[in-house]
Amino acid sequence: MMAAVALASQTAPDPVAADFTRIASALPGANVAWLAKLRRQALERFVERGLPTTREEAWKYTNISALAKRPYTLGTKSDVTPVVDVAPFTFADLGAHLVVFVDGRFSPALSRIGALQAGCTLASVADVLAREPERLEAAFATRTGHTIFSDLNAAFARDGLYLHLAAGVTLGEPVHALFVTTRDDVVAHPRNVIVAEAGARAFVIEHHVSAGAASYFTNAVTQIDIGTKASIGHCKLQQEGARAFHIAGVHIAQRRSSRFESQSIALGAALSRADIATAFDDEGCEASLAGLYLVGGRQHVDHHTLVDHAKPNGTSRALYKGVLDDGARGVFNGKIIVRPDAQKTDAHLANHNLLLSKSAEIDTKPELTIDADDVKCSHGATVGQLDETALFYLRSRAIDPATARALLTYAFAHDVVERVPLAPLRTALERTLLARLPQAERLRDIA
Amino acid sequence: MSTPAPRLDDLISREYQHGFVSEVESDAIAHGLSEDVIRVISSKKNEPPFMLEWRLAAYRHWLTMREPEWANVHHPPIDFQDIIYYSAPKSQKNGPKSLDEVDPELLRVYEKLGVPLKEREMLAGVAVDAVFDSVSVGTTFKEKLGSMGIVFCSFSEAVQEHPELVQKYLGSVVPYTDNFFAALNSAVFSDGSFCYIPPGVRCPMELSTYFRINAKDTGQFERTLIIADEGAYVSYLEGCTAPMRDENQLHAAVVELVAMERAQIKYSTVQNWYPGDKEGKGGIYNFVTKRGDCRGARSRISWTQVETGSAITWKYPSCILRGDESIGEFYSVALTNNYQQADTGTKMIHIGRNTKSTIVSKGISAGRGQNAYRGLVKVLKSADGARNHSQCDSLLLGDRCGAHTFPYIEVKNSTAQVEHEASTSRIGEDQLFYCRQRGLSAEDAVSMIVSGFCKEVFKELPMEFAVEAQKLLGVSLEGSVG
Repeated sequence: MMAAVALASQTAPDPVAADFTRIASALPGANVAWLAKLRRQALERFVERGLPTTREEAWKYTNISALAKRPYTLGTKSDVTPVVDVAPFTFADLGAHLVVFVDGRFSPALSRIGALQAGCTLASVADVLAREPERLEAAFATRTGHTIFSDLNAAFARDGLYLHLAAGVTLGEPVHALFVTTRDDVVAHPRNVIVAEAGARAFVIEHHVSAGAASYFTNAVTQIDIGTKASIGHCKLQQEGARAFHIAGVHIAQRRSSRFESQSIALGAALSRADIATAFDDEGCEASLAGLYLVGGRQHVDHHTLVDHAKPNGTSRALYKGVLDDGARGVFNGKIIVRPDAQKTDAHLANHNLLLSKSAEIDTKPELTIDADDVKCSHGATVGQLDETALFYLRSRAIDPATARALLTYAFAHDVVERVPLAPLRTALERTLLARLPQAERLRDIA
Repeated sequence: MSTPAPRLDDLISREYQHGFVSEVESDAIAHGLSEDVIRVISSKKNEPPFMLEWRLAAYRHWLTMREPEWANVHHPPIDFQDIIYYSAPKSQKNGPKSLDEVDPELLRVYEKLGVPLKEREMLAGVAVDAVFDSVSVGTTFKEKLGSMGIVFCSFSEAVQEHPELVQKYLGSVVPYTDNFFAALNSAVFSDGSFCYIPPGVRCPMELSTYFRINAKDTGQFERTLIIADEGAYVSYLEGCTAPMRDENQLHAAVVELVAMERAQIKYSTVQNWYPGDKEGKGGIYNFVTKRGDCRGARSRISWTQVETGSAITWKYPSCILRGDESIGEFYSVALTNNYQQADTGTKMIHIGRNTKSTIVSKGISAGRGQNAYRGLVKVLKSADGARNHSQCDSLLLGDRCGAHTFPYIEVKNSTAQVEHEASTSRIGEDQLFYCRQRGLSAEDAVSMIVSGFCKEVFKELPMEFAVEAQKLLGVSLEGSVG
């Protein structure tokens, strides 16, 4: 704390540091020494660097100056959890453990956690910090692949999902972590920690939604540690409100022969950014990243993915697809790094974009950085329109132009949705997708 | 089994063949850069006032800029005050009127390099505007080209004889504000080539300049300006070799191409400057700004480059596709061996309707070479029906080298179609085995596979350049497998 105060007094008083000074003692785990130190260090890094500008390569196409104009550190002022109906945001027949966070705080009343088998811990981060904070030390200390927003998150993180699986445990039901924001000017820094020991398996849905038309800021960080031969599926659904800012980091560390499967579906928010980065810390890892962004209006959606092949015999696949309508802007950056000695790496990345409107824009940059020779790496990126031949074919089958266009757009996006492994979730997503397209009624009959 | 390794090592470690220093008396000015140095350069070259003003404006702008750091290259900081900014072979005061007047020492240098001007003049039918250090020493075929209205001369000559053309086009494609090295070049450039093809004229021969860095510590700041007026056509060749050096030499050239309506410019480069020794010591720093402006409708600019030399290459030949239906092309082979670093690629800026661009980039990394493709395809709102296809392939030979791809794609028009693909691979054991089984030696097999890998680019080169390019690749690559 001392350092943060000193730092703030040297220069112009920094509002972030001031906020921190004011609320640090009220944050969960304030009495935990290592955590207090981590928070302070993270804050110092943040105050020193400040919010990134478009002059920084990683933020070249995403201007967050609108974010800088609003407070972005304060948690909710009120400790009263508002009453909210979460039924519209859950998936029927999924049988998931539902863990609900309202305005950044765990809501035991709204959550429905079923019976858990031995070796499986499912709780809120705030609870863990209160009872067994040492469980979180490793995950909180990791900074691999972190951005300046992860630092902001680390300083102010209050709550999030905690899932720990002991060796060999397979969690039968998926976990549905639902983050609902209800009020204006809420700033939430959810921090989720998922740890799978050797051979464990689980599937987690990280779901961000808004109840109402609030303007708020979510800055989420999810830390996933996948043990030897363990396997984690992670489906991130971003359906924030139309006036929301959403920034998220998903950082994965993979041990020997582990498997990570990710779907990131971004439909909401005025401005959203997701950094999904996995690092292969040992041999034989596999990662499969899929993503879909489907936006319109003046929405801005940015995805950055990174697969760091640090060790040999790794395989990675990435497929990201974007549909941009109206004046929407999409940004994609997919990076594959193959370190020296990471021989026999097999990596592929593809990004395909569909521009539906004259004023839509896409900025894409697939990147390869390769320092080993016995590798198979490739990437591809395309920007285009719906295929005229396919449109003609549909029209010759008496389908009107609008429906034909919607149908082809649906087929384009469905490539990603069909990778979602859980049928009830997939069906729900298909329905959401259809509802976003014109001629939805007619489409439902055909598709 | 007999192993070809020792012989292959010999091939890899082959010393730079064009490494020698010829002792020519140089008329150099003191180290360092200041407004006075620029005034001296300008007055030595007897330039009209507009040139001096332009140079000074560029210099003042340069002072406000910082050296870029984003490229994927690493080198010790350059001391811009430790460079001689002007060096002309002496005997220049009156200017040579024919080759007989050229310093015989110079002619011997060209002969050593295998570029005897006279012979080339007669046999190859190529007009050579040879640049030795900073001043043009011999221009051939001028009369013949002159009768067609083609202006092909050194930049200094163009400033004297066609100041109106120079003033009109200089800096119109690469303004001095463009980037750090372009600003530096604009302030201090000594010479280069100038070419103007009048409307409707098809230049009957390949125009060519041989660049050569010679005087010690002299950074070369070439400036090339090529203008193809309406319906004109020109093919221009640029080739480079440099003598062996221990100190790094900075080369910051600027090339500007202007293609008016229906004009076509084909610009081919073979770059074989001294890459440094096996430990990465010495070698040329090649920081070049090359840009073509397709100003008129249906114009076409095509860049073809084979980059095998230089310790560091930093170069992005670009096309601004302003005219409707204009076409931009970029074909590149970049090879890095030992400690060479290359960060090269292109920019295609689509502004006009139905503009098309093609990018084919082949990167080969061997030894500890670092090879990066960095490209930008930008489609502006006005570019209805724009079309781009990019292909970047990397070939890795050896487990200590690197291949990197950074393609930027920015599309603001929904009728555009942009495709980019990139792949990285090495020469497969199975491919080698197949060739060797058919009786080819390992190095012949590698050479054959590499030639195949680069074929798409080589076929864009003029004949004699294609031969030279194959030979160049051969020098470093035949032995790089094993």
